[in-house]
Amino acid sequence: MTGSAANWQYAPAPESTKVEIKTQYGLFIDGAFRDPMSGRFFDTINPATEAPLARIAEADGRDVDSAVQAARKALKRWRRTPAIERAKYLYRIARRIQERARELAVLETMNNGKPIRETRDEDVPLAAAHFFHHAGWCDKLHFAFPTSDGKHPASVGVCGQIIPWNFPLLMAAWKIAPALACGNTVVLKPAETTSLTALRLAEILQEVDLPPGVVNIITGGGESGREIVAHHDIDKIAFTGSTEVGRSIATSVAGTKKRLTLELGGKSPNIIFADAAIDQAIEGVVSAIWANQGQVCCAGSRLLVEESVADEVIAKLRHRMKSLRVGDPLDKNTDVGAINSRAQLDRIEHYIKAGIAEGAAHNAHNDVALPPKGFWCRPCFFTGVQPAHTIAREEIFGPVLAVMTFRTPDEAVARANNTMYGLSAGIWTSRGSKAYEIARQIKAGVIWCNTFNQFDPAAPFGGYRESGFGREGGRSGLAAYLA
Amino acid sequence: MTNRADITKTWKLFIGGAYPRSESGRVAPVVHARKSAAGIAVAYAAQASRKDLRDAVEAARAAQEKWAASSGYLRGQILYRLAEVLEGRREELIEAIRVSGRVGKGDARREVVAAIDTTVSFAGWTDKLDCVVGGRNPVSGPFHCFSQVEASGVVAVFAPEESSLLGFLTLTLPAIACGCSVVAVASSADPLPALVVAECAPSADIPAGVLNLLTGSRDELVPAVASHRDIDAVVASVNQEHAKTLQLGVSENFKRLRLVDPNADFMKNDIWTTPRAFDAVTEIKTTWHTVGS
Repeated sequence: MTGSAANWQYAPAPESTKVEIKTQYGLFIDGAFRDPMSGRFFDTINPATEAPLARIAEADGRDVDSAVQAARKALKRWRRTPAIERAKYLYRIARRIQERARELAVLETMNNGKPIRETRDEDVPLAAAHFFHHAGWCDKLHFAFPTSDGKHPASVGVCGQIIPWNFPLLMAAWKIAPALACGNTVVLKPAETTSLTALRLAEILQEVDLPPGVVNIITGGGESGREIVAHHDIDKIAFTGSTEVGRSIATSVAGTKKRLTLELGGKSPNIIFADAAIDQAIEGVVSAIWANQGQVCCAGSRLLVEESVADEVIAKLRHRMKSLRVGDPLDKNTDVGAINSRAQLDRIEHYIKAGIAEGAAHNAHNDVALPPKGFWCRPCFFTGVQPAHTIAREEIFGPVLAVMTFRTPDEAVARANNTMYGLSAGIWTSRGSKAYEIARQIKAGVIWCNTFNQFDPAAPFGGYRESGFGREGGRSGLAAYLA
Repeated sequence: MTNRADITKTWKLFIGGAYPRSESGRVAPVVHARKSAAGIAVAYAAQASRKDLRDAVEAARAAQEKWAASSGYLRGQILYRLAEVLEGRREELIEAIRVSGRVGKGDARREVVAAIDTTVSFAGWTDKLDCVVGGRNPVSGPFHCFSQVEASGVVAVFAPEESSLLGFLTLTLPAIACGCSVVAVASSADPLPALVVAECAPSADIPAGVLNLLTGSRDELVPAVASHRDIDAVVASVNQEHAKTLQLGVSENFKRLRLVDPNADFMKNDIWTTPRAFDAVTEIKTTWHTVGS
């Protein structure tokens, strides 16, 4: 590099990227945008300002049927497309996501409320990585899944995919990339409150000339989702969301041949042993429960601290929590953005009240001034929490941490496993042998040792028990999309 | 010369390493299928109740953690021992398949041989599944990240109505091989071959509670399994109506479910011993550990 430091330029702030948002978006069916049959649209807003951003189509049963028909029609040719050709479409999608990364990051932050730092550094790069990684799988499936005739394993067929609002673009990538790599076609429904980046992805699919019907994107509320689940010509349902909705989906596919994978809720333990590097662990706790406002299925929402270091951990956590900046998600310095919706904010506040009412101590030392409009919840944690407390058992999906203590490793494991969920766990210790032994004993699909909330397309993700079944990512994630 | 009166054995359940009668006291005849011998009881089998199922699940739960924690090498030796014991009881197994008159001698002989070979095959999977479906994940960061196989826990198996020995072992052994404990329900019409296997289990050193076997009515046991919240997975060869009941049971506690076509041909054994045999009875656990100072 030539030149001196004086010549260095600041990189443009991502928020300076102008994002064009149309006033109205149709449904993406068979390669084109079209208005919903009902002619009904609903507003999508910016949760940080409550200002409307665009009008989104409300799909009904007729629209879902058209999308499924388009996916069925496209399936025949798509699954016969030579693997290396399928791969190139996925590579193209990955490239276009990378090239439009700033626009996607800003759009995601505007529609979701999460800090631009996260959409810029996590959501969008990971979404691109998922397409890039799975692109390379297309022509290698028969090595990972050998068939008796040596040919490529068969795809499942038409996949109905329903995704949540907490990582809108990333979840779309998690769902679409492996499905397409394995030769399936897709009808995807983004969450009601966060459709914009999925619709932007639809534009990218048009740009890269993905054959019409291979991916169809249907917007709408719970009713549109139920139409997908109930459609007779869908071969597989993949759902990420709450355990409650997962339960109703499992019930409604009973009696059919539909395959099902579910990535559901969690109440994940984050365990700090006395021999851990405490400062690193504190940063891990911050990321585990306050990243994305705690609206993360695998959030480390139960902190289990070894008794001898509990005072130190709580003091440091209090200090760290005080310094978190809550506010404008488009500001690069923001740590905690807006809650995604009024309904979710109400739900979180309900749990905070329940925590206080049941006798736990509410530690709310963050007193940053909040913007006048929008949905805000300051990060907080509870001490004096009993395992039977509501805030220790139920998924809150907000920046609310329940802190408990333990004395022995056995007690830590027993407390960690004392839940119907089993999505993730964090273990903080400087002894590797101990970390692996505790990891072995914990009933959860993803275990982070001396780190938390790491995701990678090469690493299988998914839960035990009531956190659902099936994996996303890695070889195991492909299995869910092969017959 | 007078004919000797045969002893018509009453087969009991197999729960927690013991052979109890059903707590309900019920017993039903295993009847001959051939018209010429219609209605003749060739044996009697206990009719398990919901309570027997609950007892079996408790026994299975109690045994599971230790079984899963044992090495794949040990589980492999025990399953190979089971194959050795079954080999020694070939003639008895052939007779058990034939006794109700549904299967001819040649087919019974072929089924027994295939069943023993299937047992040998699964004995070999115990310490290999992990490196075939798991392994190190090449993540783009300073982490040692790997995925490994873990047993789902307590598994209920509804063995096929036909293929009463081979089908039973083909659906039961993957769970046992990977460290689950099993509550199996034998073929209703032909429970004897599975009951012989249950008598072999202790000789093969399968720990008490790892394999439990019930005989009885599926109309009664399918709903009981579906609604049981301490069963982690179900592998079932059942009719459509029972399949739907089990599918509805998934929403109880998200038990994993593998439905097997009731008309499946288990003699094509190379398709039944692939890693996919372990789909519902294993979980993938991904562990990340930081790399650095």
